[in-house]
Amino acid sequence: MKGRVLVVDDDLALAEMLSIVLRQEGLEVSHVADGSTAVAAFRDARPDLVLLDVMLPGMDGMEVCRRIRAESGIPIVMLTARTDTVDVVVGLESGADDYVVKPFKPQELIARIRARLRRGDEPEPERLEIGDLVIDVAGHSVRRGSEVLSLTPLEFDLLVALARKPWQVFTREILLEQVWGYRHAGDTRLVNVHVQRLRSKIEHDPEHPQIVVTVRGVGYKAGPA
Amino acid sequence: MTVAGDTLAIRTGPARILARMVRAWRRSLQFRVVATTLVLGMLVLGLVGTYLYQQIGAGLVEDRRTLATAEALQLTKKVKVAFDRTDQAQDQQTLALFAQDIVQDVAGTERSRYVVLQRLVGNTATVVIPSVVSGEVGEGVIPEGLRRAVAEDAKNQQQQIVPVKLTGTADAVPSLIVGQQVTLPLAGGYGIYYVYPMERERDSLVVVGRTFLYGGLVLLLLIGAVAYVVTRLVVAPVRRAAEVAQRLASGTLTERMESRGEDDLASLATSFNAMAASLERQIGQLENLSRVQQRFVSDVSHELRTPLTTIRMAVDLIYDAREGFEPAMARSAELLRGELDRFEALLADLLEISRFDAGAAVLDVETTDMRRTVTKVVDATARLAEGKGSRVTVLDPGHPCEAAFDPRRVERVVRNLVVNAIEHGEGRPIEIKVERNESAVAVAVRDYGVGLRPGEAGLVFNRFWRADPARARTTGGTGLGLAIALEDARLHHGWLQAWGAPGEGSCFRLTIPRSVDRSIDSSPLPLNPRHPQVSAPLLVAQNGRGPTMAASESPSATPGMPRTDGLP
Repeated sequence: MKGRVLVVDDDLALAEMLSIVLRQEGLEVSHVADGSTAVAAFRDARPDLVLLDVMLPGMDGMEVCRRIRAESGIPIVMLTARTDTVDVVVGLESGADDYVVKPFKPQELIARIRARLRRGDEPEPERLEIGDLVIDVAGHSVRRGSEVLSLTPLEFDLLVALARKPWQVFTREILLEQVWGYRHAGDTRLVNVHVQRLRSKIEHDPEHPQIVVTVRGVGYKAGPA
Repeated sequence: MTVAGDTLAIRTGPARILARMVRAWRRSLQFRVVATTLVLGMLVLGLVGTYLYQQIGAGLVEDRRTLATAEALQLTKKVKVAFDRTDQAQDQQTLALFAQDIVQDVAGTERSRYVVLQRLVGNTATVVIPSVVSGEVGEGVIPEGLRRAVAEDAKNQQQQIVPVKLTGTADAVPSLIVGQQVTLPLAGGYGIYYVYPMERERDSLVVVGRTFLYGGLVLLLLIGAVAYVVTRLVVAPVRRAAEVAQRLASGTLTERMESRGEDDLASLATSFNAMAASLERQIGQLENLSRVQQRFVSDVSHELRTPLTTIRMAVDLIYDAREGFEPAMARSAELLRGELDRFEALLADLLEISRFDAGAAVLDVETTDMRRTVTKVVDATARLAEGKGSRVTVLDPGHPCEAAFDPRRVERVVRNLVVNAIEHGEGRPIEIKVERNESAVAVAVRDYGVGLRPGEAGLVFNRFWRADPARARTTGGTGLGLAIALEDARLHHGWLQAWGAPGEGSCFRLTIPRSVDRSIDSSPLPLNPRHPQVSAPLLVAQNGRGPTMAASESPSATPGMPRTDGLP
């Protein structure tokens, strides 16, 4: 696995341990301990992925996440010590792609990171249609007519997963496995939050979605083309 | 059809009004007070009115009697003198004419009295003159009794009040008749009777009666209105207090009553407000305490988890490299990792329990088919079951068992029950049943392992409870699993119950209402597989109350779980 990871965490021991583990996987790691300098460090380091602690001195992790997301669609994985619904949902809504709850196993973290970095490895030219949208998989772009819709890589992956098998209903667990790389049961709220975010960008009326349709009690599927 | 319907409507009309009155009587203090006042007022007014009416009537009659008797005496004297001095008593005819003249004279012209001259009962004189009558009365008006009384008493007046029907008028008028003896020349003893119709008195009484009636009605209305106003003054603040209390009860703790003046109601309002303030303060304190507790749990959680993460990664790194170590070091790395797993599980469970204790646990409800949850758990625990040699079977009811619950929590509960069954099932089969009824869905997990001793069914949900403290701890449970499961069930307003018998295994049943706002009538599955109808004392967690011992269980529609061949 190749790529640059920016670790934003105020706990130096954890940060160092993270660096050791990630370097073993072949990743380049840079570190910043303060929330207020995190965004500047992000601009300097130009990482492929950000590992972001929620509780930070200087600036809250959520706020850092929001600011990074404002200028980039880069994958952000939150590190959180809290499993309370509110914390998790707020974290996801501030733009994080995924989250890992402390204490996590190193393999688990690496699987998450791998799923987020994997995308660059498969540049097959492919053109998909879903609803009135046209997806260029290799070019990483989604168009409605001549208008280009701006999606984060995760939202793009989610849309592509649904569009590749428009006849299939995807359970949240399957989506977690395919898009987020979970091998065991994960938090299905991840899927809910990101489907909402995706809908707000691609649907004509997010209240009455036509492209990403909910199948009650099961999951989601692509709407009729 | 229409006729029948109409009759019914007529019959139900008054009944409905009556029912409404009864309801108003029961529910409205004001209605009760006003109605009682009206009834009592009516009674008193009626009694007083009747008494006064009678007194006035008697007075009027007495006045009339005094006047009439005095006048009659005078007139009789005049008649007597006239008959005594007459020179017209030669024969019967002239006497009759004379008598007629006298009677006309005495009767006068103002028609306030009528005079009757009538031969006495028992008069034996040979000369008879016919009865003389003045005005519109007949000879027959004089009652037999009065005639007799006059005949027997030569000197005194006799009197009687009788209704007299005057000719030309429709109804009889109560009249005073005064009679006395006079002796006629030739014709002997005659009675002279004066009839005084009391028309005026009667009219006066009618007017008085009408006045009483109207006056009484007005007075009654006035009393009713006063009662209404007075009770309103008292009831309105009480009602306001009730409304405010209701809003307080529903959570608006800042609600207060308006307190004015220094009267009883003001003191009610003041006491009420003091109570509300005290409530608000105490609830505020409790909320604050809960917030502090939550905050503490959250902080502990964060403070502990960050170093634990570092340890975890370091241990995994060391563990992965253990093949290069000498045997003692390698084994240490293994032990370190195993114990760290246990430590993590314990910390997670402890934090979860404190979240429940702090009241911070929230439901994330979603309509889900319980069968799906169970299947998921069974798939996830398949490897563990295989390791222990237990075959896990799910008895699919063949229809969806949907309910609104938090799938994450219920999955955790079911996983806990299944893992427990596998760990204590001694490699024997495990059966899972899913069923639903009107009010609830249920999952029952049955194992045929060591089972529970009498009394233990109530203890298994206690924190850190162990069946046998001396027993070797082969399994890695934290001792909090069932306590957390019970809290999860309670959060759903559901039941989590246990049954067990030594050597026969145990059965754990989770029952959850089908929707959040429902309550469970009965569980769709039996808890005690031997006696589906009568179950052993069991632990019930319901509606947020603490564990209570329930003695019986309502009969269940499903038959008991059959014994399988795999049983010893």
